[in-house]
Amino acid sequence: MTAVDFCGLRLAHPIVNGSGTFDAIAARRAFGDALLEHFPFAAFVSKTITLAPRDGNPPPRLYETPAGLINSIGLPNKGLRGYLEHDLPELAFLPVPLITNVMGSTAAELCTLVEALDERDEVDALELNVSCPNVSTGLDIGADPAELAAVLGEVRPRTTKPLVVKLTPNTADVAAVAQAAQEAGADAVSLINTLRAYAPHPRRVGAAWLGNATGGLSGPAIRAVALAQVRAVSARVAIPVVGMGGVQSGLHAAHMLDAGATLVGVGTESFRDPAAGTRISRELDDLFAKSGDNLG
Amino acid sequence: MSAQPRTQAPFGRRTLTVAERRAVGAYVVLAAEDPDGPLPRAVQFYMLSAARRWGGGADERPFLPRAFSVLRASDDRLEFMLEAVGPGTERLCELEPGDGLDVTGPLGLGFPDPTDDRRALLCGGGVGTAPLAIWQDELLARGEPAPALLGFRDAEHAPGAALLHNARVATDDGSHGHHGLVTDLLADELDSGPAAVVYACGPPPMLEAVRALCAERAVPCQLALEAGMACGFGACFGCVVALRAGGYLRLCVDGPVLDGALLAEVPAH
Repeated sequence: MTAVDFCGLRLAHPIVNGSGTFDAIAARRAFGDALLEHFPFAAFVSKTITLAPRDGNPPPRLYETPAGLINSIGLPNKGLRGYLEHDLPELAFLPVPLITNVMGSTAAELCTLVEALDERDEVDALELNVSCPNVSTGLDIGADPAELAAVLGEVRPRTTKPLVVKLTPNTADVAAVAQAAQEAGADAVSLINTLRAYAPHPRRVGAAWLGNATGGLSGPAIRAVALAQVRAVSARVAIPVVGMGGVQSGLHAAHMLDAGATLVGVGTESFRDPAAGTRISRELDDLFAKSGDNLG
Repeated sequence: MSAQPRTQAPFGRRTLTVAERRAVGAYVVLAAEDPDGPLPRAVQFYMLSAARRWGGGADERPFLPRAFSVLRASDDRLEFMLEAVGPGTERLCELEPGDGLDVTGPLGLGFPDPTDDRRALLCGGGVGTAPLAIWQDELLARGEPAPALLGFRDAEHAPGAALLHNARVATDDGSHGHHGLVTDLLADELDSGPAAVVYACGPPPMLEAVRALCAERAVPCQLALEAGMACGFGACFGCVVALRAGGYLRLCVDGPVLDGALLAEVPAH
């Protein structure tokens, strides 16, 4: 295993999960303690936590595409209080560091979330989901460098824990947004989130399939886009990059590292095999063992 | 109802070898050797995909595995009932003895036992017959009579009834058995013995009819539901069902069987 330093956290290997693609608490119900004995990721990223509880979007929430998946889940979660009281004690049993992902629709909401999580020792780092509109300004926080810098300027001083900004690919110049994040004090950036996508009803032309009409595309369908964006961002910033998007194998992970990523996120592939992270990190190790620095 | 049982799955996907494929009317029963897997409970399910050529079918799919409740299971063998209706099921139905079948499971919760001296009444539609077969085996082995009422489209599909013991059959077109809906048969049964608990699995309109009939007669029912599901173990949050009390439940970890009283209606999707 190739240990990795990430924002001061010592990780056993470079494979983590993408936020919202693995529920460790539900998985423990399904697989028991075998999950903890064979935990597939070197750090666990929680799904997005918001200040108030959310039920999520009306179903249908999923749509299979060629080599991918459109989801419109709507960030269901128990809210900050529910997370602190119910989820955090269970997540503390995980054998790896915990990165908690949060989203707010205003800078003030994000500050409240970040301050509350900063007080908890179980949380090793925070990730900001900025793929949402700021209800105060109407602008997508993560789509505009100035908007992100303004929000991060308020949030950054609220925690001493490592702060990762999860970038949205649905913007004109993701590298410019990443640079703004770095300048405003982010310790790392992660990308890509899902690409905005529409799922037509399979049997009724003119109708939408998803309950919320649009969703986000993930899976191998977006891997080439992810590689281009990770390369562009890595070339622009000095802080570590978590690269993700359609990674299914050790070779794909190697391509992501070659694009400049320090860690590689696995998301949709875990839906197809809950232990995919373990396989991918093993394949990556084998690749390193065979080819040294030349990933070929 | 007693607490619902769950057999936990080995962690991760594993590759089984297909042992047999046989046609049962319009359906395919696929059997695979699973010497290392645990015995599933009735109505627990597995995520299935072909170990090779999963993808590249119609519309460049399938991509995700497909969820199937187990039809029958023994110490070293699992059986599934399939019908080719899309790119995933078409590929699964092509598999032949010796081919690899990737599975994750068993997942979800099993059927809860009947309580309050109520007799079990099984009510299935189409491919939803599958989980009632393993459940009927278990009930009969305990000496509990478990009559089955099954609905099919037509005589081509009706041979699926042979997967259960002594089933009464209805077909939509009247080409086999009762001409009409399986809920006609259910209403008959409840007329003659209302102290029952109904275990149902089938297409959403059938399940909704069962739910409504049982609600009207204050008969408890356990409905095995289906929803688009990417993972089967609670990760994707895709397979939710709206509850009467508000909010949603994930069918993969809190189902697939739900007490009908929890639902205002069975969703059409």
